[in-house]
Amino acid sequence: MNWFHFSSPSTFYGLAGRLAPWFFILATALAAWGLYLGLLVAPTDAQQGEVYRVIFIHVPTAWMSMFLYFIMACYCALTLVFNTRLSAMMARAIAPTGAMFTFIALWTGAFWGRPTWGTYWVWDARLTSELVLLFLYFGYMSLANAFEDPRRGDRAAALLALIGVVNLPIIYFSVQWWNTLHQGSSVSFKGTSMHVTMLTGMLVMSASAWMYAIGATLVRVRSVILERERRAQWIRNLPEASA
Amino acid sequence: MTSRHRSGAPDVLQVRDLACRRGPALLFSGIDFEVAGGELLCVRGPNGCGKTTLLRCVTGLTRPDGGTILWRGEPAQTDPERMRAGTAYAGHLPSLKDDLSAEENLEFALRLRGVATTAEERREALAAVGLEKRRRIPARRLSAGQRRRIGLARLALDPADLWVLDEPLTALDDAGQELFVDLLDRHLAGGGLALAATHHRLAPASGVVRELRLA
Amino acid sequence: MSAPAPKRHQASGSFSGGFSWAMARDLRLAWRHPDEAVLTVAFFALVASLFPLGIGAEPQLLARIGPGVIWVGALLAAFLALPGLFAADYADGSLEQMTLSPHPALGWAAGKVAAHWIVSGLPLTLLSPLIGLQYGLSPDTLGVQALSLLIGTPVLSLLGGACAALALGARGGGMLLALLALPLFVPVLIFGAGAAEAQATGLSATPHLSLLGAALIAALVGLPVAVGAAVRIAVD
Repeated sequence: MNWFHFSSPSTFYGLAGRLAPWFFILATALAAWGLYLGLLVAPTDAQQGEVYRVIFIHVPTAWMSMFLYFIMACYCALTLVFNTRLSAMMARAIAPTGAMFTFIALWTGAFWGRPTWGTYWVWDARLTSELVLLFLYFGYMSLANAFEDPRRGDRAAALLALIGVVNLPIIYFSVQWWNTLHQGSSVSFKGTSMHVTMLTGMLVMSASAWMYAIGATLVRVRSVILERERRAQWIRNLPEASA
Repeated sequence: MTSRHRSGAPDVLQVRDLACRRGPALLFSGIDFEVAGGELLCVRGPNGCGKTTLLRCVTGLTRPDGGTILWRGEPAQTDPERMRAGTAYAGHLPSLKDDLSAEENLEFALRLRGVATTAEERREALAAVGLEKRRRIPARRLSAGQRRRIGLARLALDPADLWVLDEPLTALDDAGQELFVDLLDRHLAGGGLALAATHHRLAPASGVVRELRLA
Repeated sequence: MSAPAPKRHQASGSFSGGFSWAMARDLRLAWRHPDEAVLTVAFFALVASLFPLGIGAEPQLLARIGPGVIWVGALLAAFLALPGLFAADYADGSLEQMTLSPHPALGWAAGKVAAHWIVSGLPLTLLSPLIGLQYGLSPDTLGVQALSLLIGTPVLSLLGGACAALALGARGGGMLLALLALPLFVPVLIFGAGAAEAQATGLSATPHLSLLGAALIAALVGLPVAVGAAVRIAVD
């Protein structure tokens, strides 16, 4: 299989259109299963009661906020090094989804913090660095759209995204480096401090978030391609363009 | 005609199938040309046809969307620093500092080009372009034509083999234009290459003048 | 017909050539027009004196908030000086000539940021003990405060320099630059203010200062390249 065949916007446009619905179907099915496990099957937590169940949204979205930034940064590196067109479009398409997950992670964290810590927000290392991540996403999107020439925006924003990558280890290790209010990770390679159903529910929800992120990115990248390549002949030949 | 064989390969600029787009629109494509030592290539065409962009692609300021640029037979990207050392670019923007005098502007411009010159050489070059008496005055108090003349003095002292000039005659009076043509003439006679976007007729006494028309 | 001019010189580039060129030129320009450096310092002093007026002037309170206020003030002053780093060179074409210079971008990018730090970050650092006295900080705290600024402000200049170059020619100007640069300044602010804070409360400032030092080393290694790349993107 020739992967470069799909790295051209014209072929990727069709591929993305065919794949996107399947990712959304998978995301919905996994979310239904994950929420069933999380809200109905998983036992009540001994210390935190029912409140902890926000974990099934909070942790997957927080993971995704960092994963997506990392993937976006990888596409940005490709853009800068090889000057490839599709990678820049992918990075642009990922950013809004990443920002959304970051926002949800912060929001659900606030709802969790209110009953357990007694406050919606604390200036703790992890919360602060996650907030910085949200601003990095906003900065990326603003810079990418701040130029007349979209290619210029691609490259400037790509460099910004790469500088911002230093924030990822800070978020990830913040709970270990600083002993702060935010609890440490409940999942690790050595074993978990969680009930098996809780863990399964969380992983299923994460898979759902992944599927949603991929589906949303594919849909968005199609509109970016349409916008960017609108003068190209293959776009004019599309049925949706002539309509 | 002598070609200065510094690196063994002859001084020649080859452009193959160059294409550039601005935004979604294709600015130009399929541009082919070759400039050898002692030759001047004038790029002509109406406003907005991409003359400036073509020159910027050759210098490496703008990334072309297709095609190759060969300098002395090697792709320009393989050794960009050597390409940059061999190229002098004079664009629309003067790159002069208003708060520095003509003399200081010239000194810093040449240091940036990696060229070591003495104060005496710089003074002579400024005298040659008619700025001897005004060389200590801040550039903000010079006229547009006098400011362009600082650029001429820079070209005179720059050892670059390839000159890339964007509208080099702008704001120059008759005497200034003559100075420029004389400078260009000496450059070509010394085996230099020049690529110029201009609406004027350039007719240096020596050297081959060719034209490239952008539609 | 005139005789061929003998070309005596051969152009050659080097890191030190680019660095010293940028330092010499930018410092001379700053010397001709010292108002920008003066304004930066004046802004810092003004912001720092607004807090006692707004929050109240009890000595304990001032000593408590002093380190943080001084750091925030210095950070904002350093931020406001950023647009001056590249805007003029962008407008008059100097950036094009720098990009086309045989000197590697690393050299002149580092030189420009260093010159910028000398006229913005360094004066702020030197002024900080004076402002610290107004807040009634102890001599030890003043020293740690100045040291943290001495290590931290170059990081701000480097990060800010990259952002300022990226924002050249962009719509949104100053607001966009704030959105790009200020989030990246956050860790520097935390470690910097934390150092003086720790000293003031009787703890050791060393961990904060070491982290700040590590940030400076990382910034010195990585960011001049980024500044050069950002300028290259800006002139394209």
